Amino acid sequence: METSSRVPARPLQYGRGLRPLSIATVVAFAASLSLVFFYAPLEAEQGFLQKIFYVHVPLAIVALCGFVLGGLLAIQHLRTRDPRWDMRSYVVIHMSLIFALATLITGSIWAKGSWGHWWVWSEPTLVSFLIIFLLYATYQPLRFAIEDPERQARYASVFAITAGAFVPLNYVAVNLSTAYLHPRVFGSTSNLPASMSFTLLVSLVAMALLFATLCKFELTAKHARSQMRALRRRLAGESLDAPRGRSAAPAIPHATASGAGRVVAAPTAGRAVL
Amino acid sequence: MSGVQAPERPVETARTAPRTVGLWPTVGALLRKELLVELRTLESVPAMSLFALSTFVVFHFALDRNSVEGDLGAGILWVTLLFAAILGVNRLFVADADQGGFDAFLLAPVDRSAMLLAKVLTLLAYLVVLEIVAVPAFALLLLGPPLGPALPGLLATLALGDLGVAVIGTLIAAMAVRTRSRDLLGPLLALPLLVPIVIGGARATEPLLVSAHRSAPAARWLLTLGLYDLVFGLIAFALFDFLLED
Repeated sequence: METSSRVPARPLQYGRGLRPLSIATVVAFAASLSLVFFYAPLEAEQGFLQKIFYVHVPLAIVALCGFVLGGLLAIQHLRTRDPRWDMRSYVVIHMSLIFALATLITGSIWAKGSWGHWWVWSEPTLVSFLIIFLLYATYQPLRFAIEDPERQARYASVFAITAGAFVPLNYVAVNLSTAYLHPRVFGSTSNLPASMSFTLLVSLVAMALLFATLCKFELTAKHARSQMRALRRRLAGESLDAPRGRSAAPAIPHATASGAGRVVAAPTAGRAVL
Repeated sequence: MSGVQAPERPVETARTAPRTVGLWPTVGALLRKELLVELRTLESVPAMSLFALSTFVVFHFALDRNSVEGDLGAGILWVTLLFAAILGVNRLFVADADQGGFDAFLLAPVDRSAMLLAKVLTLLAYLVVLEIVAVPAFALLLLGPPLGPALPGLLATLALGDLGVAVIGTLIAAMAVRTRSRDLLGPLLALPLLVPIVIGGARATEPLLVSAHRSAPAARWLLTLGLYDLVFGLIAFALFDFLLED
């Protein structure tokens, strides 16, 4: 086992498909931006400012779906106990948090432009995003506060599932509490002109592709960094079983050498030793 | 081999071992232990009640008002109860984590869910005692309109709200207690999850606390609270076991 897994069988496993995915993202974004600026009509009341709608709404939808997806991946982690699912859940939630922050910022800009205030409590999407953002902002502090990697992964998954279920519930609760005082562009898709809803759809696809590419990129980067660390340690003659530093990010379970995997996969390693 | 695997797979062991104690007797025993410990140490409930009273005084000076009603009154009541509850949530598992209560419980051949149920009932009991102190004090110190006619609706709303706080509080307390910064993480994790309860609770209480045109709480808020309690009850039931392994 020691010798066979020294050299990874598939060194760029995480990186496979990254290039086509990136190209697809660039193409989709070019298409979406051309549609936004040259095809979609100017909105009668808000004019050019309304174009931010094609960024804000896809960002919001992708971030929400990302949070729920993070919960689903966490369920898979708790069922299989495979640390790779924890890694995926971590990356998806991490990326969704960034998208949620971008949603808050673009929503704020839109609110300032159309209603004159940076923050509007009567806009349920914005308010529920703030609550969700505040909740997920504790995800990494929670991970960071638990040292044992196995327990960190397990607790993070419990959090991810709870928070993933909270996302739709919170949205409903905040929606209920809000009176619709302001005119809304996006009440439902049915009252949107066909050219606008088509542009929105393309923008949504582009944003989803961007999300997938960034997640894939982060997974690949983490994998490469962990391989690099394992190689460097072996060059320096250090033990691969040496404990890694405290971190909020999950370690790559099946990095280059078998020893690096043993740090995280404690139950398996324990059984092998016994 | 089974002896070797026992510490690694306690779930299976617990299920296959001959079970001599059922779920409810276990819950009863745990609940009795919790309440006995609380009665002897008086660690949580007096602190929660005192905190609520101090908060009412703080609100009086911060708002510079002698009496409140309507939405403001409902908001003050719910915020105070929520922050007082957070104090209890923070203490809920500390003794078990520090003094080996978890280990003893894991060694016993009983259902893990008993711990969840017992802790939820414990926190519920704390909250009921807290409200027995805090609600009359609120009526006495700050509330403008009389409390009497509002009481039935208020009790129903508080009961539904308490259940949600107890379930979410227990889940979060179990998650936060074995981290480095548990006093910090507990409230940070719990508050966003409790926002829908504040929304439902405050909106349902609001029409009860007005002096003119008093009306019953709208059914949709009670329904929201009930549904939220149910969903998080199921989530806590499904996930609590994972927090107890090791």
